[in-house]
Amino acid sequence: MIENLTVAERRNAMIILGVLALVGLTMAAVARGDPMGVHGFIVLGFAGFLFFIVGGGIYAPEPPLSRLDSYYDDPTKVGIILALVWAVVGMFFGVWVAALLAWPDLRFDAAWSGFGRLRPVHTSGVIFGFGGNALIATSFHVMQRTCRARLPGALSPWFVLLGFNLFCIIAASGYLMGITQSKEYAEPEWYADIWLVVVWVIYFGLYIRTLARRNEPHIYVANWYYLSFVLVVAILHIFNNLAVPASFAGAKSYSAFSGVQDAMTQWWYGHNAVAFFLTTGFLAMLYYFMPKRAQRPIYSYRLSILSFWGIVFFYIWVGSHHLHYTALPVWVQTLGMTFSVMLLVPSWATAGNALMTLNGAWHKVRDDATLRFLMIGAVFYGLTTFEGSFLAIRPVNALSHYTDWTIGHVHAGTLGWVSFIIFGSFYAVVPILWRRETMYSWRLVEWHFWIALAGTVIYVFAMWNSGIIQGLMWRTYTDVGTLKYSFVDSLVAMHPYYIARAFGGLLFLIGAIICFYNVVMTIRHVPYEEPAIDYPTSSEAGEPAVPAAE
Amino acid sequence: MTILYLLIPLSLAMGLVGFATFLWSLRNGQYEDLAGAAERILYDADEPEPQSGLDAATGTEETKR
Repeated sequence: MIENLTVAERRNAMIILGVLALVGLTMAAVARGDPMGVHGFIVLGFAGFLFFIVGGGIYAPEPPLSRLDSYYDDPTKVGIILALVWAVVGMFFGVWVAALLAWPDLRFDAAWSGFGRLRPVHTSGVIFGFGGNALIATSFHVMQRTCRARLPGALSPWFVLLGFNLFCIIAASGYLMGITQSKEYAEPEWYADIWLVVVWVIYFGLYIRTLARRNEPHIYVANWYYLSFVLVVAILHIFNNLAVPASFAGAKSYSAFSGVQDAMTQWWYGHNAVAFFLTTGFLAMLYYFMPKRAQRPIYSYRLSILSFWGIVFFYIWVGSHHLHYTALPVWVQTLGMTFSVMLLVPSWATAGNALMTLNGAWHKVRDDATLRFLMIGAVFYGLTTFEGSFLAIRPVNALSHYTDWTIGHVHAGTLGWVSFIIFGSFYAVVPILWRRETMYSWRLVEWHFWIALAGTVIYVFAMWNSGIIQGLMWRTYTDVGTLKYSFVDSLVAMHPYYIARAFGGLLFLIGAIICFYNVVMTIRHVPYEEPAIDYPTSSEAGEPAVPAAE
Repeated sequence: MTILYLLIPLSLAMGLVGFATFLWSLRNGQYEDLAGAAERILYDADEPEPQSGLDAATGTEETKR
């Protein structure tokens, strides 16, 4: 892989890694007893490790000029592997915290293994580690193909991918040491946040530079979705993480906002993270990989563009539905609720568009588990967005909020929609990327599909039951007007559902391990195959290429 | 709720950026051939446009276009 970088790129990579190592060393030196020092050593080790990898290939000859006639896929390949590693790690922690709720002794009396520390390792591990790597990797793949242009350089995609993974490592290791700013899905402290901004700005620049080089006049709709993900996440991240470090020699910082102001900022960020991290980026994957796999164009391309602008303009306003019945002014709550209900229109237009795309290809859905992954993803997208709009209505929220229903809703989205789209896309893209005829075992893809679907359904049904029972018990009064059930009564009622939830999660984890195994075996054991069409074409298939610039 | 003086203008500004981008895409002719745009990604050319300036057949340098 190093030999595919130019000599200048290798040299620049070593300079960047050297600077990064110095930053790590400085952090370790100034922090002394603070846990930030451990992060300093982690940064130092990370940079040092990569420094030696790049240094090992520094004297390899300059790569041939003909490399520019092919797509640059090395970072995509590594990104897919990293995503699957994070999937297994993040889901393992998920099953662990689920089991902790059913059997609290599983923390083994250690400080680092408390629920409050393990849970963010799970959430960040799956959302950022698994989801984020999948988004970055597939975006590199899709942007090149739909633009019919190679990435502008070989260094910046590596910087984005590996820099993002450094952020994920800092985040997860920090939680175990107790480093958190206590903002859900934005737990990492100030230095990790600053680093992510640097990575993200490079990512945005890379995307724009690739679009500027495109040899296809039209910007395919998937690129719009990916771009909204990159751009909006950057802005959300910067504003929600505005904080003053207590000291530059320590991890602790204080938010720039307090009380309900902070809560509003947090959920403005939080729900837009759902929107622009967990939705638009994955819709991009859906809009590229589903038509490719089904070999049918999007049912209504016009509707896909309309839905895009609908989602972009509506989503940004819905965050306040997380703060119903709080100190937040009622009109702000109502604003969030109204936009949440309106959001159903572009969401269902999208889900319907995806399913209509499969009309005429349902025999492929029956035979091909990869396409079925993508189809189920679209179905769960429709289900979850309906549920989300419904739960955002204030009186419904009175029952559902603070109960397991919310957790059920989130996992219908993350397991049923996000993960199914990722797995479907990976099974579609791995043979193409590694130039393999097929996946190692289609039987295992089938097994993965059914195990994952069973796990999702068990999980979601357990949490629906548990959440509604919980909500109803908390609002049941006796004849004299006192609460009928104590909190512990409701906890006892939850126990069977918590066991079912842990089991559902375990099934999903097993599915992810099967996927990882299958991908590794595909790379190692399926023979190399030249792709059927191996020449550059312009927009009209088969015609000789004419760059758009001419 | 002073935070709303930040969040609402910020959200509106992001919306305006989106709207400006939309107008650009409209004027740029992005939506003139939607059927073609939807179909073209299906054609399997897993290679980009040549950029190296090398002749594909001989592997030697050709004159720049």
